Amino acid sequence: MPETMTLIGGRSSRQGTSLCAGKFEAEYIEVSSTVEMNAEDMARLGLKDGDPVRLRSASGEVSVRCKGRTTKDLPPGLLFIAYGPLSSRLMASDTAGSGMPISKHIEVTVEPVSG
Amino acid sequence: MSDNIRIINDATCTFCGCVCDDMHLTVDLDAHKITKAENACVLGRAWFKEHGIDEKRPFALIEGREASTEEAIEASAQILANARFPLIYGLSDTTCEAQRQAVAIADMIGANLDTTTSVCHGPSGMAFEGVGESTATLGEIRNRADLLVFWGGNPAESHPRLFTRYTVTAKGMYVPNGRKDRTVVLVDVRRSPSAAVADIFVQVKPQRDFEVLWALRALVKGKRVDPNIEQVTGVPLATLEDLAQRMKNCRFGALLFGMGLTMTRGRHFNSGALLALATDLNEYTHFVAKPVRGHGNVTGADNVVSWQTGFPFGVNLGRGYPRFNPGEFTSADLLGRGEADAALIIAADPGANFSHAAIEHLKRIPVIVLDPKLTHTGKLARVAITTATYGISVPGTVYRMDDVAISLRTALPSPYPSDEEVLTRIKERVRELLGGNRVPAMGAA
Repeated sequence: MPETMTLIGGRSSRQGTSLCAGKFEAEYIEVSSTVEMNAEDMARLGLKDGDPVRLRSASGEVSVRCKGRTTKDLPPGLLFIAYGPLSSRLMASDTAGSGMPISKHIEVTVEPVSG
Repeated sequence: MSDNIRIINDATCTFCGCVCDDMHLTVDLDAHKITKAENACVLGRAWFKEHGIDEKRPFALIEGREASTEEAIEASAQILANARFPLIYGLSDTTCEAQRQAVAIADMIGANLDTTTSVCHGPSGMAFEGVGESTATLGEIRNRADLLVFWGGNPAESHPRLFTRYTVTAKGMYVPNGRKDRTVVLVDVRRSPSAAVADIFVQVKPQRDFEVLWALRALVKGKRVDPNIEQVTGVPLATLEDLAQRMKNCRFGALLFGMGLTMTRGRHFNSGALLALATDLNEYTHFVAKPVRGHGNVTGADNVVSWQTGFPFGVNLGRGYPRFNPGEFTSADLLGRGEADAALIIAADPGANFSHAAIEHLKRIPVIVLDPKLTHTGKLARVAITTATYGISVPGTVYRMDDVAISLRTALPSPYPSDEEVLTRIKERVRELLGGNRVPAMGAA
């Protein structure tokens, strides 16, 4: 069953260093297509590190790999992804008159990708 | 390593808004590479290592075909001269000198001018206009701040030397023992790697920053706050009371805030609440607030666009005079609605960073891109021009995140032209094609 969670986009060290090497290089693609997830949430969904998951927002959907984090570091229900084309694909263009789309609090459904 | 080595002292890193100007670079002139960047953080080392001269890059591409810079300038000028609603966007990773030329083109053709600030601290810019800013340079914070509150950001990964050069561990005139003389607080929705440097970590429920800031304002003023605040925000009242007292009792406090405030519900209201808290605290002590800025010269873009148009971003010059209206003239909105019939993108990658609707519109219109590297926007562009990297091959001026202007020192000669040179030549050719400004000045016949 898909579960609804909150996705936060942001920077990371590896996202920054791999960005310098190029956005079409393997490391940047890997970094920007990995979602960090609470380890207990992952266990409930039957997921382990490196498993593919589908994230779906009102604006689009992407497939990414998941990586577990402890509850101390990432509370249940929260997801973190390094900025990149995939995080943007889930973002809406509406800005509520501010110029800024919501990119640090995107409601997504999370679903393991079978096979 | 060859024998043809050159040492460049006091060079500047333009990867992030810290703009550290104490880099000592070792340059291998035969290999066209920077082999060592002393004093650089992990991000700076990658920046210098990966921006050697790649002579395999074509000078330009027009509809995917290799072309000369001259041909690309002509094609760009034709697109801009014929556009009815052109957008000029980006500008946060280039020099102030190039930014000036972009503003001049916008003025000439009546373009919509916007920078990456609109999807960064644009909401904070709106809050400055509404609330004001109790500000300081990073040097003042380094030398004086005994309380540092980082809010909604993760400098350990995004701005590593903000901690070591300017704030947490830096020794200063009135904080001679550095870290021991400072109290460090981190407020965030997750325990990011920055929590490791904090004495106090305050974990807020997502989208509840505004409520926490408003409660702190009340506590600072001695007002009662309902203990139910913990159910709303996830932060116990006692934690907030302790933080409010620390803020009032410090000698010099600094709130350094990130996009955890601007990219979530509330946006400019969140930034405004934090700026108002800093102002309130000046009733009791000295307190300042600074947005932590991302790109190397995004602060320069704010300054250049402000001093030339009166507004920092999201400016439309279509009527011959500048109008500022976030939501209408900001690029994420404008492209998302399918507006603009041409785009000139300088040193930015909306083709990767914008919404799907905005990217689909960019695919429908003629796009011109200036960038040292191949980007997603470069792939969808009609004209892509390779330019030299600022701070490595291009001299000029950039603004640090605290609005301090810093001169760039070059390390590697590049066969590619600078953004400034390309934009200047596009401007001159557009002027020839239009015979002057497209939009007459106000009052002209």
